[in-house]
Amino acid sequence: MNEKTMLDDQHFENIIKEESVCTKENIVYEAPHDVLYDTPMHYCPGCGHGVTHRILAEVISELGIVHDVIGVAPVGCSVLAYNYLNIDMTEAAHGRASAAATGIKRVFPEKYVFSYQGDGDLAAIGTGETIHTCNRGENILIIFINNGIYGMTGGQMAPTTLPGMKSTTSPEGRDVATMGNPLKITDLVAQLPGTYYVTRQSVHKPVNVRKAKKAIEKAFQYQKENKGTCFIEIVSNCPSNWKMTPVESNKWLEENMIPYYPLGDLKTPKA
Amino acid sequence: MKQIKLMKGNEALAEAAIRCGCDAYFGYPITPQSEVLEYLSANAHKRTGMVVLQAESEVASINMVYGAAGTGKRIMTSSSSPGISLMQEGISYIACAELPCLIVNVNRGGPGLGTIQPAQGDYFQSVKGGGHGDYKLIVLAPSSVQETVDFVDLSFDLAFKYRNPVLILSDGALGQMMEKVELPVQKERTFTELDWATTGRKKGNGRVITSLNLQPEKMEEINMHLQKKYREIEKNEIRFETVNCDDADYIITAYGLVARICMKAAQMARAKGFKVGVFRPISLYPFPYQKIADLSKNIKGILDVEMNAGQMVEDVRLAVEGRAPVKFHGRMGGMVPSPEEIFHKLEEYFLGGAK
Repeated sequence: MNEKTMLDDQHFENIIKEESVCTKENIVYEAPHDVLYDTPMHYCPGCGHGVTHRILAEVISELGIVHDVIGVAPVGCSVLAYNYLNIDMTEAAHGRASAAATGIKRVFPEKYVFSYQGDGDLAAIGTGETIHTCNRGENILIIFINNGIYGMTGGQMAPTTLPGMKSTTSPEGRDVATMGNPLKITDLVAQLPGTYYVTRQSVHKPVNVRKAKKAIEKAFQYQKENKGTCFIEIVSNCPSNWKMTPVESNKWLEENMIPYYPLGDLKTPKA
Repeated sequence: MKQIKLMKGNEALAEAAIRCGCDAYFGYPITPQSEVLEYLSANAHKRTGMVVLQAESEVASINMVYGAAGTGKRIMTSSSSPGISLMQEGISYIACAELPCLIVNVNRGGPGLGTIQPAQGDYFQSVKGGGHGDYKLIVLAPSSVQETVDFVDLSFDLAFKYRNPVLILSDGALGQMMEKVELPVQKERTFTELDWATTGRKKGNGRVITSLNLQPEKMEEINMHLQKKYREIEKNEIRFETVNCDDADYIITAYGLVARICMKAAQMARAKGFKVGVFRPISLYPFPYQKIADLSKNIKGILDVEMNAGQMVEDVRLAVEGRAPVKFHGRMGGMVPSPEEIFHKLEEYFLGGAK
């Protein structure tokens, strides 16, 4: 018997029965069951979508707006966001989430409307809609998941793929001379008068998760006050298509993605 | 109160939208239909609170329609041929997600950028799909400014009855010409919560507007459901006009404004002693196959006239099933046939030999 197994045996002997701990009085933290379905996860292990869905659900639950929020799911990995979020949702055509969200918000201005979009959706095929929605200052929240790759279709180059980064359509690495440069669309929309709050966050560490959650909370508050478009980029990972373990992918994100897409507020409301 | 006015087709259409309590219009300028957006921009919001938004493209406007229609409100857009082409993906989503809405195509000459003159080259696109997948729009073809107005309210009724997008297929002439029109009374804009619409979660779980199902068995079920609905529409919603078809030896088939030109040609033929009638499909989908089949049993020939290279004539031939000869006369690229020209075609194909 090696040392490790002996340790495990000891561990099991000391284990306390679950039901004696999981009592109502002892609960300090739990999933927002009023907004999140209890359902098997289709996202890959370690993917940032799961955490982002969770904090979004937590904010909706904590603000008590579950009956007043309408979400728009994109084409991409998060097309099935409505399988997790127990709220009214519309699934939009590829790139058109912010247009669909505009339509909803214009006829129901008193509701909270958000779109949840990936980099291909928001910054390639939907660039026009993204810019014009932000420029009109539509009173919606746009959550932009940037993992630098097309996840759902299997790892093709995205508008945000880093220079030199490999993908199935840039197998030698992204050559900016022929494939163009990564698009910092968040910097771009921050320049538009219609945006009110533009920030770049991540969910790869607990501290970042807390900050990202705070940003979502603020954005819904601003929407309530009719302030204009709120835009939150979440710099995220894609372990499967980056061909890394979840831990490796978070390390790579920190060492490569964040230097190119620095975290922090790009536009904050004037005090 | 009902009101009689002399109005341009596009403006009358916009006025009808306001009067029938339309909640929102999303559109983009394109000739020859920009007056719809212009008229609504100037009048709609201040009169009824209707939302009017000029989008950045037709792609955006149809997706705004998609989003807004999901709430169960009365939503519309309009455009002309190239713009309608851009909308096709969105229309396919709307049809699959079964959202009611009104789309107006003021058809101009194509293909490509084409011309800004009237044409009927979008018949196939309108009735055979246009976008991807198996879906149908209910397609109504007005032949006058009055019908353009009347079809707005009818379109919303049909759209909500079947949870299906409705297309009014007009053309550049109908949109631009002025005619006397009786306008409907102003309806109040009211809202009823519908049991499928997404307006914020009600009792039970959140609702989802989607056209996605990754399980082929489920996606086939969705298709079967749509097909069943289309059969129902085909049973209930066929509309057409017959003019002097009862004793006719020859029939001209035509839709939209062209049908009125054909009526003049038929009068010319009647004046010379030939029994010619006109059959005008009003609903292009569902198409009046059975009525044409019935008519074809007692006639000597059909002349189909369109402002295209021959599109509806395929459906006419399907209906006739060889029982009578079907000839075609078409003008393209924005050219409008004259009554004399159509009469000469009748003579050439049929009447010359009938003497």
